[in-house]
Amino acid sequence: MYTFSSKLKTFSLILMAVGLLGIGYGFYTAPKDIKEVEALLAAETHGGHAAVKHEATESHEAKSEASVEKEQEATEVHEADPSHDVKAESHAGVKQEGTETHEGDAHAEHEEHLTHVLHQLQNKPWAALYVACIFFLLISMGTLAFYAIQQVAQAGWSPVLFRVMQGITAYLPVGSVVFFLFLVLSGLHFNHLFVWLGEGVTDPTNANYDAIIAGKSGYLNFPFWIVRAAIFLLGWNAYRYYSRKNCLAQDEADDNLNYKKNFKISAGFLVFFIVSESIMSWDWIMSIDPHWFSTLFGWYVFASFFVSGITTIAMITLYLKSKGYLEHVNTSHIHDLAKFMFGISVFWTYLWFSQFMLIWYADIPEEITYYVTRIQLYNLPFFGAVVMNFLFPLLILINTDFKRITWVLVMAGTVILLGHYVDFFNMIMPGTVGDQWFIGVSEIASVLFFLGLFIYVVFTALTKAPLLAKRNPFIEESKHFHY
Amino acid sequence: MSNKIIYAIYNDDDVLMDAVKKTRAAHYHIEEVFSPFPVHGLDKAMGLAPTRLAICAFLYGLCGISFGTWMMNYIMIQDWPQDIGGKPSFSYIENMPAFVPIMFEETVFFAAHLMVITFYMRSKLWPFKEAENPDVRTTDDHFLMEVAVHDNEAELVSFFENTGAVEVKVIEKH
Repeated sequence: MYTFSSKLKTFSLILMAVGLLGIGYGFYTAPKDIKEVEALLAAETHGGHAAVKHEATESHEAKSEASVEKEQEATEVHEADPSHDVKAESHAGVKQEGTETHEGDAHAEHEEHLTHVLHQLQNKPWAALYVACIFFLLISMGTLAFYAIQQVAQAGWSPVLFRVMQGITAYLPVGSVVFFLFLVLSGLHFNHLFVWLGEGVTDPTNANYDAIIAGKSGYLNFPFWIVRAAIFLLGWNAYRYYSRKNCLAQDEADDNLNYKKNFKISAGFLVFFIVSESIMSWDWIMSIDPHWFSTLFGWYVFASFFVSGITTIAMITLYLKSKGYLEHVNTSHIHDLAKFMFGISVFWTYLWFSQFMLIWYADIPEEITYYVTRIQLYNLPFFGAVVMNFLFPLLILINTDFKRITWVLVMAGTVILLGHYVDFFNMIMPGTVGDQWFIGVSEIASVLFFLGLFIYVVFTALTKAPLLAKRNPFIEESKHFHY
Repeated sequence: MSNKIIYAIYNDDDVLMDAVKKTRAAHYHIEEVFSPFPVHGLDKAMGLAPTRLAICAFLYGLCGISFGTWMMNYIMIQDWPQDIGGKPSFSYIENMPAFVPIMFEETVFFAAHLMVITFYMRSKLWPFKEAENPDVRTTDDHFLMEVAVHDNEAELVSFFENTGAVEVKVIEKH
């Protein structure tokens, strides 16, 4: 039996406390009205940061800010006036054309711009929370998917790791509740993360009317969306619950009925999972940019959290092994996990590149804005994610000997996990905070909070059952697994 | 001086593995082992050095990606930078995504083919090569271990007969 070390417990509690404080600080410091935004922007403009971008020798303030707005509008989903946004998006390439704004419009546009930035800044702590929340939820989902695959594939090497995987997926119920609450709050207009949840976007008489979103409202409407989310989360949690229950029952049984049951529900789960995962990625991530769509998006999201899940399994296995809790785990098991980390990292890159290259190559305006925003405003995170998730693991984990060395794996795993956090950051932030992004207190605190929660829940769950399944039909083979 | 060698023939891979281990423990030098199929762990038991073929392949892959990059840069950017369907050919990086499929395939192509050719060269295999079978049965269902004799013929023969060999032959090798 594993005992939760008191040091680790304290560490996770500190992480949660620090995280909560930081999250609170993020919400507290978000601007409340456009006056604050105006002051913020004025400080920024005079700070010379904007002056470099636009050859802003003109001292007229309204004019220079109007040009700031042009740039932002061209690349950002505009909540206050979505119809204007459609126009702006289609002009993404030629954004400088309207710099000679008439004096009369300048004021109205200035106001509009401030409202726009206000929404982005108000979104910032919410989006930071959302990214961290969905990231950790999906890590446990990635682990669950891996676990189900191992069951169905009747893998001979992994049964010694099943309890570790079950421990990691223990975060799923907790994460699901937090995440679901977040979705409900979004639906109740506590935040503006999902543009299509905004008021009046489907009403032709409203100033916020957006014909494109209205056309999708048969799918993108709050009741249907939240029910889908509930069904998916319930389905995943149900599989996790019964799979663990059967696995524990198998320990005490004198036949293999529980094992067979698990085999069947795992197969069923995988079918449900791949459908729900796809829809989940449209609902929870792609709908942040409701004017944009991509067909391989579901797979892309899947690859991202699948590799994160496998990396988490490897990291926690290494930790428990180093503490002497996993007697039968040898370097061959670790080697196999590292191969999966390597392979799925490359798979992620393949999908990342396929999605990017197809859209870049065809350069259709309605699709390309997604990448224009990311390359212009998120250049470092956008390409940095490829370096962290592809180049680094590729060069490190290609070596057979390295795949067995603990510190190499921990290092590679850390980079992979951070890289996939950045990946989710890249998917969610541009549509919610646009060019106001920054990895600051809100973002780091949110990650720390969920990391603390994750560690606490996972390691608590690990203490609840022996770390070695007793009567799994493949356990003997797995104990002697040697590669 | 005569060049005598011993052929110890086995008909089971487990027996062979045991024999190899015993032979190594007795410090007789194994010249060669012939087997109809790969015996898992035989190289380790014989104490063979690990292959460096994978390192070669990695280097060949680097050559491949360099070649692909150089080729596309020379043709598409340097030599004749045309505007083809609005693709930006001002610098390599601007049009890079379009070249990635080629760079990837060149990498795989170089890595795979050069590694295979390296394998053929290192193991001395070519179409009209004369086969080096000491005993035709080793391609079907027998295993053969070859050990050199140094004036200890009787001792070696009895040693190999005790390792479960179905046949022990002493051969004069030229």
